[in-house]
Amino acid sequence: MTGRRARAIRAIVAKDVRVAFASKAVLVPFIVVPVLFTVGLPLLFALIAPAAADQGGDLVRQLGELSPTLLASVAGLDDPQKVVVLGLVYLLAPLLLVVPLMFASVLAADSFAGEKERKTLEALIYSPVSDRDLLSAKMLSAWLPAVTLGLGAFALYCLTANVAAWPVMGRVFLPTWMWVVLALWVMPAAAAVGLGATVLVSARVSTFQEAYQLGGVVVLPVVALVVAQAVGVIYLSVWLVAGLGLVLWLAAAALLWAGARRFRRAEMIARL
Amino acid sequence: MTASQARGAAGARPTPRPPDTAVVEARELSRAFGNKVAVAPLSFTVARGELFALLGHNGAGKTTTLRLLAGVLTPTGGEARLFGMSPLAHGTEVRARLGVLAENPALEERLTGRQNLRYFADLYGYPAERVGARVNEVLEQFGLAGAAEALVGGFSKGMRQRLALARALLHEPELLFLDEPTSGLDPVATRQVVELVRKQVSHEGRTVVLSTHDLNLAQRVCDRVAVMRGGELAALGTPTELTRLAPHGKLRVGVAPGERAAAAALIAARHPAADIASPDDAPDDPGQDTLTVSRLPDGATPSLVAALVGAGLSVTRVEPLEPTLADVYFALYGAEP
Repeated sequence: MTGRRARAIRAIVAKDVRVAFASKAVLVPFIVVPVLFTVGLPLLFALIAPAAADQGGDLVRQLGELSPTLLASVAGLDDPQKVVVLGLVYLLAPLLLVVPLMFASVLAADSFAGEKERKTLEALIYSPVSDRDLLSAKMLSAWLPAVTLGLGAFALYCLTANVAAWPVMGRVFLPTWMWVVLALWVMPAAAAVGLGATVLVSARVSTFQEAYQLGGVVVLPVVALVVAQAVGVIYLSVWLVAGLGLVLWLAAAALLWAGARRFRRAEMIARL
Repeated sequence: MTASQARGAAGARPTPRPPDTAVVEARELSRAFGNKVAVAPLSFTVARGELFALLGHNGAGKTTTLRLLAGVLTPTGGEARLFGMSPLAHGTEVRARLGVLAENPALEERLTGRQNLRYFADLYGYPAERVGARVNEVLEQFGLAGAAEALVGGFSKGMRQRLALARALLHEPELLFLDEPTSGLDPVATRQVVELVRKQVSHEGRTVVLSTHDLNLAQRVCDRVAVMRGGELAALGTPTELTRLAPHGKLRVGVAPGERAAAAALIAARHPAADIASPDDAPDDPGQDTLTVSRLPDGATPSLVAALVGAGLSVTRVEPLEPTLADVYFALYGAEP
């Protein structure tokens, strides 16, 4: 890639990120959701763990009945520690995928549909940036910040969980290998899925809100994953998480391919 | 002031060169959206250093034509060439030499004026070491230096238009496409923009293709005008050439106060094809009522005046009027200005 092309791509990424974070519609979910997931939930779980274990040994038993493998993974821990590990390591793990998914969806919605809504797309279309570079820049402007912030959220979650649960655990218990795979392999894939879905949707809608809401539907499988793990249907082992990542990467590739096919300046300007 | 006088006032202008140095060429260029023809096959060239206007109503196909010429919209038929190249096959190269002011200024409202310009300097690959100086230069040139650090969301419409024009010129393009550059501007802002556009041609030697429905702008500043109607090229020529297409026999007739209706009735009876301006459209002088009459047959004036006098009307004034581009335009569109 020539320096000129790289410079144009960098300029679009920098502009899109700057413009997105200047919007309250973008900024508010970027603050509320991570704070809730990475600080609020682990703090709450760690603080109620001793009481929950005293009064709800049933919870641990029920989980064990549904998923013996899950219960085996916490063998040797006392009840409060089991509640902490089952909750903070396994139950909430899939929820963290919501963060990069949502970040990528919001940023992509602002970058693709938002540009149409603000009527700034036409000037970009007349620029000498090729369709391919324009698409690459737009994708990077959503994916890079989403993954960066997702990794930050992951680190913050681990820190909060370890600190808050220290009285119960007495040791650092996060990240586990499953979490490392989740953060480095699955999380970028989840961001790519959020991006791909929003790029596809953005070709058909004309406002940021429409793109965000329709693209946000990809969060539903993550919710299903949380429920499936909570009721013991699946157990997030390292291998299952690695496989999940592969599925997400394939889904992202399909969505991005479909979205890229529609990303032609001649088609975009005809719809302005 | 005539067009040539207006251009002369702005400085010496290069004479448009013959078509072999054409910067812009449309060859049977057309575009349809479904069953709707937006641009019927049209052909024209624009020479280097020429100021060329696409003139027409909203929906006449002007914006679509500019998009086809720039290669950002695929034609249904025919082809466009800029600098001798197809903008579809050489889009990146062609658009690097082209500056465009779209109908909507298309500025990022959440960025400052300076940030908007720096962003586009990077997109167009303007030499990085000269970006700062160039941005300052165009901000100064367009009277926006004082507002450079303010968010564009707080700019007036005129300021936005000037900033968008500054952005179109930032990378020093050889060719400018201006889509309705004065649309929605107040008279002061319009004048500023017109002067800036004129200077681009007269001082900087750029080629300009602009779309407009502003007849005054087209007549005053453009070398040649293509009148578009329903996606078709209805007429093409210099403003002077086009005025020759206007219906002849345009008169301003003054009669004594209170005689306007009688005079209009008599003229209409003698010349049913003539257009007679309604009293509200004709300027009144103290002591007389005025009618503007157009589409009179050649040589009809003496007998008409004699008939008015013979009918007992007091004719106070008979003034032949030069046809304008507006006369041509409205004749083509079938409505009197």
